[in-house]
Amino acid sequence: MRVGIDVGGTHTDAVLMDGSTVVAEVKAATTADVTGGIVAASRRLLDGGGVDRSAVDGVMIGTTHFTNALVTGRRLAPTGIVRLALPATAALPPLVDWPERLAQAIRPSVHLCHGGHEFDGRPISPLDPDELKRVAADLAARDIRTVAVSSVFSPVNAELEEAAAAILLAELPHLHVSLSHQIGRIGLLERENATIVNACLRDLAGEIVDAFAQALATVGVRAPLFLSQNDGTLMDAGHTRRYPVRTFASGPTNSMRGAAFLSGLSDCAVVDIGGTTTDVGMLSGGYPRQASGEVDIGGVRTNFRMPDVLSIGLGGGSRVASTPELTIGPDSVGYQLTEHALVFGGQVLTATDLAVAAGLADVGDASLVRGLDPGLVRRGVARMSATVADLVDRMRVTPEPLPVVIVGGGGVLMPPDLPGIPATHRPEHGAVANAIGAAIGQIGGDVDRLFAVTASATREDILEQARAEAIERAVAAGASPGSVRIADISEVHVPYLPGNAVRVRVKAVGDLDLRVMASPDEEQEQQWATS
Amino acid sequence: MGYELTVEGLRDLAEGAAVLGTGGGGDPYIGRLLVEQQLHAGRGIRVIGVDELPDDALVLPSAMMGAPTVFVEKAPSGAGNVIALRALERHLGRTAAATMPIECGGINSMMPLLLGAQTGLPVVDADGMGRAFPELQMETFAVYGVPGSPMSIASDHGDSGIIDAVDNRRMERLARAMTVEMGGAAYICDYPMDAATVRRTAIPGTLSLAMKLGAALRVARAEHADPFERLSEALAGTIYTHGIVLFTGKVVDVDRRTTGGFARGTVTLAANDDPADEMVITFQNEHLIARRGGRVAAIVPDLICTLNSETGRPVTTEALAYGQRLAVYAISTPGLMRTPEALACFGPEAFGLSEPYVPVEQLTGEPSPSPA
Repeated sequence: MRVGIDVGGTHTDAVLMDGSTVVAEVKAATTADVTGGIVAASRRLLDGGGVDRSAVDGVMIGTTHFTNALVTGRRLAPTGIVRLALPATAALPPLVDWPERLAQAIRPSVHLCHGGHEFDGRPISPLDPDELKRVAADLAARDIRTVAVSSVFSPVNAELEEAAAAILLAELPHLHVSLSHQIGRIGLLERENATIVNACLRDLAGEIVDAFAQALATVGVRAPLFLSQNDGTLMDAGHTRRYPVRTFASGPTNSMRGAAFLSGLSDCAVVDIGGTTTDVGMLSGGYPRQASGEVDIGGVRTNFRMPDVLSIGLGGGSRVASTPELTIGPDSVGYQLTEHALVFGGQVLTATDLAVAAGLADVGDASLVRGLDPGLVRRGVARMSATVADLVDRMRVTPEPLPVVIVGGGGVLMPPDLPGIPATHRPEHGAVANAIGAAIGQIGGDVDRLFAVTASATREDILEQARAEAIERAVAAGASPGSVRIADISEVHVPYLPGNAVRVRVKAVGDLDLRVMASPDEEQEQQWATS
Repeated sequence: MGYELTVEGLRDLAEGAAVLGTGGGGDPYIGRLLVEQQLHAGRGIRVIGVDELPDDALVLPSAMMGAPTVFVEKAPSGAGNVIALRALERHLGRTAAATMPIECGGINSMMPLLLGAQTGLPVVDADGMGRAFPELQMETFAVYGVPGSPMSIASDHGDSGIIDAVDNRRMERLARAMTVEMGGAAYICDYPMDAATVRRTAIPGTLSLAMKLGAALRVARAEHADPFERLSEALAGTIYTHGIVLFTGKVVDVDRRTTGGFARGTVTLAANDDPADEMVITFQNEHLIARRGGRVAAIVPDLICTLNSETGRPVTTEALAYGQRLAVYAISTPGLMRTPEALACFGPEAFGLSEPYVPVEQLTGEPSPSPA
């Protein structure tokens, strides 16, 4: 059996799953310390069903801890930044577009060094080992223990980042090294930013992973621990220590994956309605569609893998005003819904009150909204469903109408049918779809590189090579080989250059093979991974 | 008439330049960051009118050449563009009095500003494309008799070359080959000319125009006003005269293919109120022709811009995707770009289109109302 846990800002949700059956679900309050909410939720989950702790094969956690640390600028480690590129790129040094506050929070030590590749794989300049030894000396002098290394075109050729890591580690064996080719795609500044974010979170990642393991030990679970990544796949505890940035935005991903699982649909729109916001995302082949451009997190522009989600300020707690014109949200009473909403005896007209008055929802005391203007209720409900239907329409990638799955506590706001949408699904357990999404996470492998199409390497050869590499990476990460399939493949041609340069992205995913996974205490901590 | 560029002015200019990029020209983000660094370091940039230089002052336009996709990975050293300038000065045995853009659309609006900040040279408020075009010979300079050669080209490594080609098309091909050897992105100075020739052959005021368009979009967003009305107001009274919303709708198909190093393809939009009402735009890096129900609605060299229908933010051909809500916004080109000589250089036929050029304001009759 698997335990899935989603640590949100307000609630910590947990589910127990036996194969594809949801055995139990609980909601607990998130606590200020890392472990409290998790211990409380898991204990209630397992004790409620009298579950034998040894029957738990794996625990999957989705968390916002790392995103919050960056957004608030707290608990970030002093960070070394090495860019291998000289003489190129000197006009745009690292951190160039960072918010001042955040740049100060990581107390950076910045080093522009020789190295890097051209787009076609030729070196820009050779690595200078002495230069890197001087970097190591500076990091040591400043007592900096984590470093981000980015080399130009490393997504095409990673060897210089790896060589630089080896030189730095020979000088400073305990250094944590984050390499950009393992974090982001083409687009130096954005990839470097994500790598720096990863580096400054590594101390915290160690603490959080230890705390999670401690929480599981407290409730008597000895199964391996996994964390949700932003693409819906899982990474083990060791990977999480090395790649905390990959947990960013795993929340929306998990709720979308959970919705797919509960509804049995793999190609659909998912509408997650909470207390304050509604998120709409698209599932393609069971995985969230990823954003194509740059993603801004805490003011830092990055290009790492993020789900493409549209959010609006509509939720169960959204305030409703009828004069001078009808507005619903974006202001919300949020977690105070049960104090302020009319149906709970409060004084604020909320979206939930409209849903209760319209007979869509059965919460609180319906008699308290009996006096509402029926015209207002009708228009309000119609507005909410039209708003959501419009968001869904914006996210569609093909002209064919797609079914919609509605999850989240605010799902009751929606009438049975949405305008222009063929089928609306409201699966059982939809309120904890995010924890279910964590529990059912798979293991993935990605390729994102520029290839040159030539007479000896045709487009088919290149795609085949990319597919094979992605599958190999998924298996290396713990997927059972027979289950791995290609989830996504895309080619983008690179303009303004003669010849045919093609950027190929491939994603392979497979089922996590829990039998071959090492248990947490047997796992060897690597300084950096090359796969 | 001349003015010092501010950070806010630069940001407006970058967004307006993306509008003038007419779907191509590369995202000015990297270029904007480069220039912003200079401003933060206290180096000023003076933008001057084309009338502010004596007739015989030497103007050396500057630009980057190559794939913007390479540029976003291999950012500039900050030295290559200065090396290109000095190489051409050395070759000519003269010192530049000013630089200017060859292309006001996209990232190349930013490169002369960078050079101006680094060298102290003023930047002439004019360019030779009045928008973005894919090739070096597609310049009003060329149309009106200015040879692109001798041109200089330099890499981030510091090596440079002079190309003295027999015509501008050969110059383009030779420079493109060197650009690839230099790593897919290079820095150039071409079309060396005196200020009198700039006055005769350049599209004047295009940097200020870009800034004005960017400011119009910024203010429209802040005031929740219609961005297209604001753009059209900003264009009225300039030599671009007409800004017309051709169509508002949703992207229902994007078909891309790469041939000859160019991103070619078509994008199809369906009207919001009538899905059968479609506009199809054909692009080659930049948008070339927009057809509605088979009839031409706008054609190169008039500008066909795909802008977010709510915010007015420019959407490049690379970023086009199914489901986007776009306004197709056309801007009429100045008379200098509509003469028979100009159309022979960068009109429909130069891009292999069989349709004749008809000014967009004639095709549409009166300017259509902006989307609600």
